[in-house]
Amino acid sequence: MKVPKKLRWLATLSMLIFMLLISTGCTEKIIVLNPKGPIAEHQRDLMLISTVLCCIVIIPVLILTAIIVWRYRDKAGRKASYSPNWAHSTKLELIWWGIPIAIIATLAVITVRSTYALEPSKPLKASVKPITVQVTSLNWKWLFQYPEQGIATVNELKIPQGVPIRFEITADSPMNSFWIPQLGGQMYAMSGMAMTLYLQADEQGKFWGSGANFTGTDFAKMYFDVDSVGQDQFDQWVSKIKSDSPVLTLDGYKQLVEPSTLQARSYSSFPEGLFEMTVTKYASSHNHGMSHKDMLDMSTSDDHDSTHGEMPGMDMSH
Amino acid sequence: MKSSSLKNVQKHHSDRHHSHPDMEEMRTFGFWIYLMTDIMIFGTFFATYIVLHNNTNGGPGPADLFELSGVIVSTFILLTSSYTCGLAVLALNKGKKQALIGWLAVTALLGAVFIGLEINEFAHMVHEGATMSRSAFLSAFYTLVGTHGLHVTVGLVWMIALMVQLSVKGITPVTKRKVNIISLFWHFLDVVWIFVFTVVYLMGVK
Amino acid sequence: MLEHIKSFASGFFVTGDPMIYGADVSILLTILAVLFTLTYFKKWRWLWKEWLTSVDHKKIGIMYILSAFLMLFRGGVDALLMRAQLAMPNSNLLQPDHYNEIFTTHGVIMILFMAMPFMFGLFNVIVPLQIGARDVAFPFLNSLSFWLFFAGAMLFNLSFVIGGSPDAGWLAYPPYSELMYNPGVGQDFYIWGIQISGIGSLMTGINFIATILKMRAPGIKLMKMPLFPWSVLSSCIAIIFSFPILTATLALLFLDRYAGAHFFTLDGGGNPMMYINLIWMWGHPEVYIIVLPAFGIFSEIVSTFSRKKLFGYHSMVYAMMIISILSFLVWAHHFFTMGSGADVNSFFALTTMLIAIPTGVKVFNWLFTMFRGRITVRTPMLWTIGFIPCFIVGGLTGVLLSVAPADFQFHNSYFLIAHFHQVIIGGVVFGYFAGLYYWWPKMFGFTLNEHIGKWAFWFWNIGFYVCFMPQYVLGLMGMTRRVVSYSWDKGWWPLNLVSTIGAGLMGIAFLFQAWQIFHGIKHYRKNRDTTGDPWNGRTLEWSIPSPAPHYNFAVVPQVSELDDWWEEKQRREHNPYVPPAKEIIEPIHMPKNSGIPILMAGFWFMAGFGFVFHWLWLTVPGLAGVAICMLAHSFNDDSDYYIPIEEIKETEAAIRKVTTS
Repeated sequence: MKVPKKLRWLATLSMLIFMLLISTGCTEKIIVLNPKGPIAEHQRDLMLISTVLCCIVIIPVLILTAIIVWRYRDKAGRKASYSPNWAHSTKLELIWWGIPIAIIATLAVITVRSTYALEPSKPLKASVKPITVQVTSLNWKWLFQYPEQGIATVNELKIPQGVPIRFEITADSPMNSFWIPQLGGQMYAMSGMAMTLYLQADEQGKFWGSGANFTGTDFAKMYFDVDSVGQDQFDQWVSKIKSDSPVLTLDGYKQLVEPSTLQARSYSSFPEGLFEMTVTKYASSHNHGMSHKDMLDMSTSDDHDSTHGEMPGMDMSH
Repeated sequence: MKSSSLKNVQKHHSDRHHSHPDMEEMRTFGFWIYLMTDIMIFGTFFATYIVLHNNTNGGPGPADLFELSGVIVSTFILLTSSYTCGLAVLALNKGKKQALIGWLAVTALLGAVFIGLEINEFAHMVHEGATMSRSAFLSAFYTLVGTHGLHVTVGLVWMIALMVQLSVKGITPVTKRKVNIISLFWHFLDVVWIFVFTVVYLMGVK
Repeated sequence: MLEHIKSFASGFFVTGDPMIYGADVSILLTILAVLFTLTYFKKWRWLWKEWLTSVDHKKIGIMYILSAFLMLFRGGVDALLMRAQLAMPNSNLLQPDHYNEIFTTHGVIMILFMAMPFMFGLFNVIVPLQIGARDVAFPFLNSLSFWLFFAGAMLFNLSFVIGGSPDAGWLAYPPYSELMYNPGVGQDFYIWGIQISGIGSLMTGINFIATILKMRAPGIKLMKMPLFPWSVLSSCIAIIFSFPILTATLALLFLDRYAGAHFFTLDGGGNPMMYINLIWMWGHPEVYIIVLPAFGIFSEIVSTFSRKKLFGYHSMVYAMMIISILSFLVWAHHFFTMGSGADVNSFFALTTMLIAIPTGVKVFNWLFTMFRGRITVRTPMLWTIGFIPCFIVGGLTGVLLSVAPADFQFHNSYFLIAHFHQVIIGGVVFGYFAGLYYWWPKMFGFTLNEHIGKWAFWFWNIGFYVCFMPQYVLGLMGMTRRVVSYSWDKGWWPLNLVSTIGAGLMGIAFLFQAWQIFHGIKHYRKNRDTTGDPWNGRTLEWSIPSPAPHYNFAVVPQVSELDDWWEEKQRREHNPYVPPAKEIIEPIHMPKNSGIPILMAGFWFMAGFGFVFHWLWLTVPGLAGVAICMLAHSFNDDSDYYIPIEEIKETEAAIRKVTTS
């Protein structure tokens, strides 16, 4: 048994290095545990609660394992008892059917409740009206459209702090997954349907998001910056884009769809109903997700919104 | 060769009561398990069809394509073949070799007619432009019905091979088991067809 | 003409990367070396008669395990390449497309061409011996299963040199795996490689259910059967219900790509989400299919090396059966983020958590088997002891993942990667290694060096934690799976480096194992297992010599209780003067070898290759060949023979001579 002992040292040593690495400046990079919004915070709490609940069983079992293996190892002159035919005890077995059942039952209640509470398409409670961002996964970049503001960006997401964001997510690419770890969990981006995800940033600051589901060659370059700013700053940013940035035309969109990687950029306007068109392009032949009629309804109501506030802005950019 | 295999069989039977399980019974049992896996395959295709049957992509739908009268004839033919297959097994149990081969031949013939009608139906649909690549509905249709047809075709080849074996070797425990198994297979395909008929055709034209 | 050939070859063969050329050359050299050796030592006939056409379950098992080791090597090299690429930020070691191919082949090979054959190998070698049978229920089918697996695995691996490897991930989600985004032949190799070997797996499932239910020796009631066959039964039940779904799903994907169908395409009314549902209806049972037999192995080993009866035998059996059934009700937990709504997500979260209950019970029962036992820590037991904490922690993270709203954060991240590697390496791989070390003497008739074995274990075990613990943290740092590179500013570098070091340690561990086997073969005579029972075993396989004679049992055993061999030894110890019951030897009915399975698999290979390249001139003869082989087998009556009594007596006497010398 000389060898294992040496190796056990090695194990301890490597664990020490590992702990050291974690404690030196990496902690704030563990972004999932460092949330900046209500959804991510709730999800973080859920992770911690379920971990603690499981540890109630697991830590004693780990200790028990070590003790049993040590105490009952075969050794000349050991004192521990040996009963080779002892193989059944209803009482004991009831206990260990019972323990996991109890833990799982508790966890189940918590899970079901939070599943309903955190259903991604459920609007967040807030005093301010949410803003909508339409997200399209393209090969290999993200297109963000702000229908209420009439602007669009690529690989750059600016959001006002404290305002719920209603993300409508689709894909004009293989299935992707839209994920901003510090704001909350991800949602698949799928062609032919628009998924809804509500998120909100409670703090100002720079975060990042990514495409979490593999979509091909340059999938690893689908990171985007998320910038949470005050409402004033956000409004300034919008009007700056409206005045300075080029227009996204339909042809321009078709070029965006072509496989490529891009730096962040912005557009002062986008073709009317572009997002709905992207969704219906694939949905027209289906009966799942949104029906054609639903989509038309949606696009007309959105048009309604934008005609009120943004039409002049769009005109100006021409 | 023939006598040695017969001796084998007798010996085989004499030692069945201990040490070795009955091979022919075990093979039949194995075939039942196989049928369960086949149910899963058909189940998957049925589920696919049910999910996709409305996705006609602007092309022809079930009501436009299916002619129930032809399908009812096919169904009747297949059901009859199941009956004649049952008669074959009765003949087997009575040890009548000629009748057995005869009924198997009738069964195979009916199966062949069924396949002929199916090919005809498919050709007709393709001719009208309702090909597999037209829509998800048609992909699912051809796959489900075609898989059944493929099973029937395999059954036909098998049945012919079995008729040859029967005429050469006569009724032995081995050929007996084979007849029993193919009749199981044939009845199974009949049951699957009833589901196809109901889910695809009856519910389609409604 | 020459130009024509040149342009064909440049598309047909994989070209461009010096690393691939290097691999090509080494593959070619290995093949040449093998061919040369076989020819030089005039072993072709022996190979054909003794191995390739064999229907002996023990030999088929060994061939399975040998293939699994080859595939473990290839999958392991893939893993090391990936880890090398990720060791540094912005690394350019591998191009993105090449990286995508590597993680795809790594996943497919490890699950389908490493774990599955390893598992089938252990089924084959051990199950008939443990239930006192002379072979499996359908020996011919068994050989066919192996050769279909082999043909499928070779077809899949061929994509490395011809046509290009698949790159759509191990489950090939559409629409990415459809022609629209993935026009190359790699995806077709994927479909046919898995399809052909999958048919083999399905038949093995049927075979072992029939074997276990119908071939037990007299007296082995189901509830007196050792736990390993029970685990095999539960695994095979899952196989026969899940593998047909895989076959059907791959067939649909194939039709999409080959015949222009619209099952999972974006246009024409197809529905990619249906594929994701279907593939996980197979995929989730699949992970239980491979882990359940590992549970069986651990149960055997824990009991043997604690020299104590297995605690809670009935609970163990029920737990496995419950797991086998529940495994079909959890598939949607692989895509909580698809937006199916809170009702669906709650349901699948709950069913997933339920699985933790029987699994937890099993852990307690293993612990209490050791409790009040007398534990000797030989290599098989070492793997078992290593397994328990690893699997407990893997189970914990599994429960965390099942909490649906939290999974929105874990999904597709390295947290998930770390979790499933922990249960698959810690559970499945440790389990199969434990089983291999445990039954090695029974398979080959000699024992392996314990010292090297312990080095191998510790390198595996420590390497595992060093590799995968950091990945949990990386997941929480937002690192998603399948990324080929990352930038400095994410702060992922140090942990990735640690993880790569861990992968390296596991690579070294594999070398130790290879050395251990080589060493064992070299010193084969010195380490011969003359007792047939090197571990003081409890079950029937230890009552016969090592390696078992080809008919296994000269006389079919009469069994009266669980752990019959152990009880028998106890009785003899207490009462050494009772002569063993007089054994009457009778002629033994055995299946004859057959060349049809390997031929038929060859024809399947042809047909599959033809499908991949749309070469009907190859597909049609391939399929015709398959049909002809089936008919030829059906018309062949000369499929079995009897071993005469004299021959059995001679064989037994020869074995005894060896064992007493």
